[in-house]
Amino acid sequence: MSRGRIALLLALVALALVPVLAGKFYVDLFAKIMIMAVFAMSLDLLVGVTGLVSLGHAAFFGVAGYAIVLSAGDPYAAVSLWTSLPLAVAASALLALAIGALALRTRGVYFIMVTLAFSQMVYFVFHDTKIAGGSDGTYIYVKPVARIGTWAPFSLEDGKHFYYVVLALLILTFVLLRALLASRFGHALRGIRSNEQRMRALGFNTYAYKLAAFAIAGAVAGLAGYFAAIQFGFVNPEMLAWHQSANVLLMLILGGLGNLVGAITGAFAFVLLQDGFESLTKHWLVLMGAFVIAAVMLLPGGLTRAGDAWRAWRERAGDA
Amino acid sequence: MDVQTFLIQVLNSVQYGLLLFLVASGLTLIFGIMGVINLAHGSFYMLGAYAAFVLSGLTGSLFGAIALGVPLAVAFGYLLEWAFFSFLYRRDHLQQVLLTYGLILVFEQLRSIAVGDDVHGVPVPAALSASIPLGTTMSYPVYNLFVSCACLAVAALLFVLLRRTRLGMRIRAGASNREMTRSLGIDIELLFRVVFALGVALAAFAGMVNAPASSVYPGMGNQVLIVCFVVVVIGGIGSVTGALVAALLIGFIDTFGKVFLPDYSGILLYLLMAVVLVWRPEGLFREGAV
Repeated sequence: MSRGRIALLLALVALALVPVLAGKFYVDLFAKIMIMAVFAMSLDLLVGVTGLVSLGHAAFFGVAGYAIVLSAGDPYAAVSLWTSLPLAVAASALLALAIGALALRTRGVYFIMVTLAFSQMVYFVFHDTKIAGGSDGTYIYVKPVARIGTWAPFSLEDGKHFYYVVLALLILTFVLLRALLASRFGHALRGIRSNEQRMRALGFNTYAYKLAAFAIAGAVAGLAGYFAAIQFGFVNPEMLAWHQSANVLLMLILGGLGNLVGAITGAFAFVLLQDGFESLTKHWLVLMGAFVIAAVMLLPGGLTRAGDAWRAWRERAGDA
Repeated sequence: MDVQTFLIQVLNSVQYGLLLFLVASGLTLIFGIMGVINLAHGSFYMLGAYAAFVLSGLTGSLFGAIALGVPLAVAFGYLLEWAFFSFLYRRDHLQQVLLTYGLILVFEQLRSIAVGDDVHGVPVPAALSASIPLGTTMSYPVYNLFVSCACLAVAALLFVLLRRTRLGMRIRAGASNREMTRSLGIDIELLFRVVFALGVALAAFAGMVNAPASSVYPGMGNQVLIVCFVVVVIGGIGSVTGALVAALLIGFIDTFGKVFLPDYSGILLYLLMAVVLVWRPEGLFREGAV
């Protein structure tokens, strides 16, 4: 086994042991981080793999949360996990398909602005109208139930159960996205990133490939948003605000692009950092801003490539 | 809708459109010439508004605040380009997005530390505090008219600068072909710095002049930023004429949308953008055609 595999397995064992060794605070914190890691991986498919910088990814994250509320109708009735989850993911995928179909007509910096603008439109739909509580948002009083017939294998109300469900989600997403990247489809996406003209000359319908990637990324973001909404116990327009989109981009670049492991690493680094800064001062965002600037300036390859950056720096220092 | 209401809404549309233009023109020039996507551009509008609040308190008049604030904004832009943005040109768009996002967080928090998070009003100058009566029940504040006129004057000056002066010629050359401009021996670094300072000053001026009409509040910059992105996308990146047309279009759509469809007015401009993207993905005006 390679060193990377061993590190990955050790990390997995450590994550599986969190509820055994740590208290409720850490179980909730790590569940939140793992949800964010799924969210960041979905964006990595666009940014790191296909080379599409989207600044509106939170729209798909948030819409899935709203899908729970809107599909429930009665706020005190429990929805079924098995119906509401596919519904939420489908809602995110459809929205991504619609936004992607328009946004992918543009490229580069236009694409960044257009994805930001459309996600802001979705924000205003939930903010300005009275859907699901308008700008105040709405509570999810009862978490979805996972019943098969009369048998309930786990309960999302239980923090530890929730934790293991999210851990399974993280592993499943990682494995599936890895398989996707190794497939012909994944290679085509990487090809588009490095030279779209050439891919088109080779006969690939690059627009269709990019749109498929955009929709899949939206669906996976919806998966994360669904569990995030359940964990918080409410949805509000802030879930799909553009700060959320920028934060998930930050996680990606903190961890490193294009290999999914970076997305997970970045989610851990970002959430822990945010918690650390928040405990220091109420103006913690100024620290965050300064940190972001320093990190992007000094570590353009992210934490998972920090070793390379360090070696390059040493070499340069050695030359001088 | 009677004639008076219609007239008032038209005036409001023009005012909003021209304000958007002042912010968006800097954004589009900075992108067109330097290739930098600047999320922090809305912060300059916010900083301008807060500068108007602080400086009009110190000098006792809004005009004093503007007379002090504009040179300050130019100096601030010049320094910021030298200290920060000049490092962004070689970075890719993703890094530019994150670096300028980091800058937004810093600006917003510094503002919060210095002035706090309350909403503040800026007094309207006494000479302009009257209202023009329209019909029997309605009136239009003179100050809002002044904002429109001031913005119009600045916009006209900008067009004269771009089309009739040597500096404007260089800016247009830089926007249509950066490398060629450099190889002709024009000091492109200096040009970048001047254009950036100009963009900051335009956005800050918009914030200052509109501060008495809108009051100053946290987050005001980001709101303007995203609408300005829509303006730039509709107008065509790098095109100042496009920015003017798109800004006025959005001014009208947003203002009249609030009258006729209050629940959906926030969405209308994005629908307009969607239509433009289907019809002309490169925007209404060609890239580089300043």
